[in-house]
Amino acid sequence: MSFIGIAVFCVLVGDLEISTLDPWQEMGRMALGAVSPDFFTTENLGRAFLNTLAFAIIGVALGSALGFALSMVFHNPGVRFFCAFIRAIHELFWGLIFLQAFGLTPLTGVLALAIPYAGIFAKVYSEILDESDQAHLKAAPEGTGFISFFLFVRIPDVWAHIKTYTLYRLECGLRSSTVLGFIGLPTIGFHLESAFKQGNYEEVAALLYLFFALIASMRWWMRPKLVPFYVATALFVLPVGADISMVNVVRFLTEDIVPGPLRWVESYNVDTFYIFGQWLRVVVVEQALPGIVNTVVLTMIALVGAGGLTLIFFPLVSAKFFGRWPRKAGHMFLVIMRSTPEYIMAYVFLQLWGPSMLPAIVALSLHNGAIIGHLIGHHADQLPARADAPKGLNLYAYDVLPRIYRQFLAFLFYRWEVIMRETAILGILGIHTLGFYVDSAFVDIRFDRALVLIVITALLNISVDKISRTVRTRLRLSRSPDIV
Amino acid sequence: MKKILSFLFVFLALTSVAHAETFVFTAIPDEDESRLRSRFDKVATYLSQELGVEVKYIPVKSYGAAVTAFLNNQVQLAWFGGLSGVRARLRVPGSEAIAQGFEDQAFVTYFIANSSTGLKEGKDFPGKIQDKTFTFGSKGSTSGRLMPEFYIREHFKKSPEDVFKRVGFSGDHSKTIQLVQSGAYQVGALNFKVWENEIKAGKVDPSKVSIIWKTPPYPDYQWSIRGDVNTIFGAGFKDKVTRSLLEMKDPDLLASFPRRSFIPARNSDYQPIVDVGKKVGLLD
Repeated sequence: MSFIGIAVFCVLVGDLEISTLDPWQEMGRMALGAVSPDFFTTENLGRAFLNTLAFAIIGVALGSALGFALSMVFHNPGVRFFCAFIRAIHELFWGLIFLQAFGLTPLTGVLALAIPYAGIFAKVYSEILDESDQAHLKAAPEGTGFISFFLFVRIPDVWAHIKTYTLYRLECGLRSSTVLGFIGLPTIGFHLESAFKQGNYEEVAALLYLFFALIASMRWWMRPKLVPFYVATALFVLPVGADISMVNVVRFLTEDIVPGPLRWVESYNVDTFYIFGQWLRVVVVEQALPGIVNTVVLTMIALVGAGGLTLIFFPLVSAKFFGRWPRKAGHMFLVIMRSTPEYIMAYVFLQLWGPSMLPAIVALSLHNGAIIGHLIGHHADQLPARADAPKGLNLYAYDVLPRIYRQFLAFLFYRWEVIMRETAILGILGIHTLGFYVDSAFVDIRFDRALVLIVITALLNISVDKISRTVRTRLRLSRSPDIV
Repeated sequence: MKKILSFLFVFLALTSVAHAETFVFTAIPDEDESRLRSRFDKVATYLSQELGVEVKYIPVKSYGAAVTAFLNNQVQLAWFGGLSGVRARLRVPGSEAIAQGFEDQAFVTYFIANSSTGLKEGKDFPGKIQDKTFTFGSKGSTSGRLMPEFYIREHFKKSPEDVFKRVGFSGDHSKTIQLVQSGAYQVGALNFKVWENEIKAGKVDPSKVSIIWKTPPYPDYQWSIRGDVNTIFGAGFKDKVTRSLLEMKDPDLLASFPRRSFIPARNSDYQPIVDVGKKVGLLD
């Protein structure tokens, strides 16, 4: 409840004005594009498609392997903080960082995905392992070795859970891999952003439809047995490791990210520190502070918005409320909402309502509402139906809603940190979040500044994660919802 | 598995060897991004014939990425904007501006406004744009960011955030036109060449959006080359590249940029951009 209060306050201070005059010409062109997709104008489309898949598969596979290893030692506070830190940085920013050190190479894309995903996998795997049935563990005979205990007792117990989760992350990986195209990696996103910028909406529609189809068909082509085959193929498509120059890596680490005033300084004196202080003031006071305020305001409104939309969306895919065909349509709708990059959604709303926080809020709420709605819909179906279950609105309000409410809150709080990370992307549209300043620093070739801002962003994320965990514990919500 | 690994190894080796002998260039993605490859692959073929080495073009997504590629020696030659070129050359010792477009000696930024503002074209800086909503183009653009920001600061003695009700970055000159035309932003600033091209292509509705001010001229796009190319590709290579660029006469190739012709350029031609960049705070 207090969260709604905070959101209301944020709405008051947030900038939500509607100001456009004549969006209809552009909206008309977009609508026309949507109904007449053109699949033949994109250069090297097949290659981009393969790259998108390959980056996602290698990135998620590597992330899951690293994450699994980290989950073994996750109880160490240092490891826990390390994981929180690496997952607190958006894959786009990891991408921008590796772009400086490794250039436009496959390694850049793979690491940009694998590193934050390793942090997420480590956390979730360790929670899954912790919540496995303790009775099984005690049943193992005395003197069972650590490895065999692990392989034959703990893993089989949680295998199904880990498998479902990893496959779910692959869907996220496909989205991330696409979005990495926005900064130059040769995935579908590369062409999607170009076409979008140029206003070639027929091409935009074609690329989006292909992407929706890829996501919607995942359960047919993504078989666990085929995983080794996919990984091997992906390695052929993307020769990871070619073209890396150590000179650049060293330069990036020893020059580029050193704060400007301290670079190439021979001896430190009062003046150096004064100039450094000035430099730090600009970064912290003029950029980080306003950035934090805007990021938090945007995140809070979007969080509550996503919650509201979830409650509308989840019945669309639940067998408790709709028959087979309407449900299929509901599924399709949610796939579209959660797979369309927020950047594109926000742009469409920017056309409609003019520049303010509103486009970003609506885009983030729709995207996240669709993701949580999808998961809650499944959850609702698993509730045993009572013999005297009411129907329609009564069923919704008096039976299903109260029973899923805790799970709903758990998912929503879990997503809080994710929404905050996503506000970064919208910074690129000119909404002055922390992400906006990070992006500006990269454009200005001021990697020293970018690094400070990224660390601040990561710390903000970690704090939110911490608050969210406290809230979830207080509300006695399960520590980890099944899948998020 | 062994076979696969050895194949992979050979493949890796081959790709890296091929790279060492290839002369690579890029271009900032300022317009018609969707056909970058077909536009610049033709230029690569031309340069390859003239220079006698393999020439490859790699597409990049942003001004920053073009600078990074130059910095990392992933490309040895680049078609930069004024500001991105200065940024790149400041970071790569020995690099040089070798040619610019004919039009780049006197490039211009157009300020445009939605018709609902009632603003009309005038000779002086349009002071009435204060408190309107305003969009730049890409954050790293000379004509869409640096120069308009310079004139805004010079006139109002304040930062754009303090002058306007809202400041956006459309990311691209064509998007600036769209956003001002739809009224999403009331005023914007962009590259005059893009404005003229879009007018020709019929994408602009003159009853909704029009020019309100033209900036004084400044130097813009240029070809910049790394200082170490002669050691890699042989003595005199830099001069050969310069000559090939200056002798590019095929209108079809020139249309990729789009420029009438290329003329000689020097680093010192871009001193005005360095000065303005420092004043605005976009260069250290």
